[in-house]
Amino acid sequence: MSALTGFNTILRRDLLIAVRKGPEVLMPLAFLLVVVSLFPLGIGPGPALLERMGGGVIWISALLATVISLDTLFRSDFEDGSLDQLLTSGIPASVIALAKITAYWLVTGLPIVLLSPLLALWMNVPTDTWGILMVSLALGTPVLSLLGAVAAALTLGLKRGGQFLALLVFPLYVPVLITGTGAVMAASDRLPYTPFLGLLLAGLLVSLAVMPLATGAALRISVS
Amino acid sequence: MSSKNPLIVFFHKLGSAPHFYRISGKLIPWLWAIFVVLAAAGTYWGLFRAPPDYLQGESARIMYVHVPAAWLSMMIYALMAIMGFIALVWRIRLAEILMISSAPIGAAFTIIALATGSLWGRPTWGTYWVWDARLTSELVLLFLYLGAMGLHSAIDEPRKAARATSLLVLVGVINLPIIHYSVEWWNTLHQPASIGVKGNSIDPSMLWPLLINATAAKFYYGANLLTRTRLRLMEQDSRKNWVRNILVPNKGQSTDGGDH
Repeated sequence: MSALTGFNTILRRDLLIAVRKGPEVLMPLAFLLVVVSLFPLGIGPGPALLERMGGGVIWISALLATVISLDTLFRSDFEDGSLDQLLTSGIPASVIALAKITAYWLVTGLPIVLLSPLLALWMNVPTDTWGILMVSLALGTPVLSLLGAVAAALTLGLKRGGQFLALLVFPLYVPVLITGTGAVMAASDRLPYTPFLGLLLAGLLVSLAVMPLATGAALRISVS
Repeated sequence: MSSKNPLIVFFHKLGSAPHFYRISGKLIPWLWAIFVVLAAAGTYWGLFRAPPDYLQGESARIMYVHVPAAWLSMMIYALMAIMGFIALVWRIRLAEILMISSAPIGAAFTIIALATGSLWGRPTWGTYWVWDARLTSELVLLFLYLGAMGLHSAIDEPRKAARATSLLVLVGVINLPIIHYSVEWWNTLHQPASIGVKGNSIDPSMLWPLLINATAAKFYYGANLLTRTRLRLMEQDSRKNWVRNILVPNKGQSTDGGDH
């Protein structure tokens, strides 16, 4: 099977599984909503304070929602043996990784991007920066998925891999978080925000080139 | 493809456990001795001979510990990445063990750098912790070390654990400069780095003890690393003859291994 057909097949299969699973797939989104709503409750509902923190809170919550769902990325395929089958099928491991990460992002990352205006409304983020927030999330959440996939692949063999994941990925997420919130902050301060978006795009392209290879290698280590 | 180059032969020999054990055993006392001499000299110079800073006063002397520790904490992570790369590509077991044995030392120096940095911050900034760029990236570095150590200890099979950790460290090391610059950009409250390539803003009377202590720290790392590596090698090879011969020298290849 060629790499492209392999990619398409795995992508379609994973999306189909996600659709069949139904509401379970939306749990990270519910988690995101809960976390964001905790901030006004914890720090007080002052509109000015919320407006100042809004971008950062939404970004941090998006990051947490990614982390709690990362463990599901390869886990079920690993446990029922289909990951072994895939890795011996002749499709390059990096293509398998990329297909699964793409499906994962479409299911968990894209809804976060689409939901962000609602969160921005809650956090009193000015309407004219909603677009920047969405673009920053659209560029940043794929990076979170790509970086997280390596850690998810490395912790596959562990019984409580999920607990480790946070420790492994948070340091790697620091630059994404800084540039993502930086873009929103700059936009709300009427400062140029394009450098931040440019950096996010650069990060996306670099991790798109490197992380599928690293994840493929990590999958091979974990199933060996 | 065999090579007669003595240097290459030496390196191949070094890769074998018994040879490494023997050679490192000869090296370790020297490394400790050089460390003790340098650290004593550098610390004496730094504490008693070097002048106090005209702005920060006596508290600036903490830099003779802080700066070497911070340098070494970053250097060790870079070395771990190099050894991890060697371990992944050529599957050299010694590189795996050197890589993972470096992690606790690197983490310890990161903690020292963080602790001394925040102690220095109290009289200088008026608070123990400031989210300044370099302290923050040092903190992120500590998380990277903890992640690597955690992953390694969570996987039972030693070689698989080492390979997984190597890959994680490689991903981390690509990220490390990005983390460093993004954090620096995020907050530049700290005074700019004093020792750079373009020329130093530090007086030689303070630079020398600093450099001596930095060199001492590197020898400490070498000695500690080799000691840890020897122990790990013995642990992994506890059922092999060369370990038996060391633990029970006279019995040779007796059936009683002497471990446990």
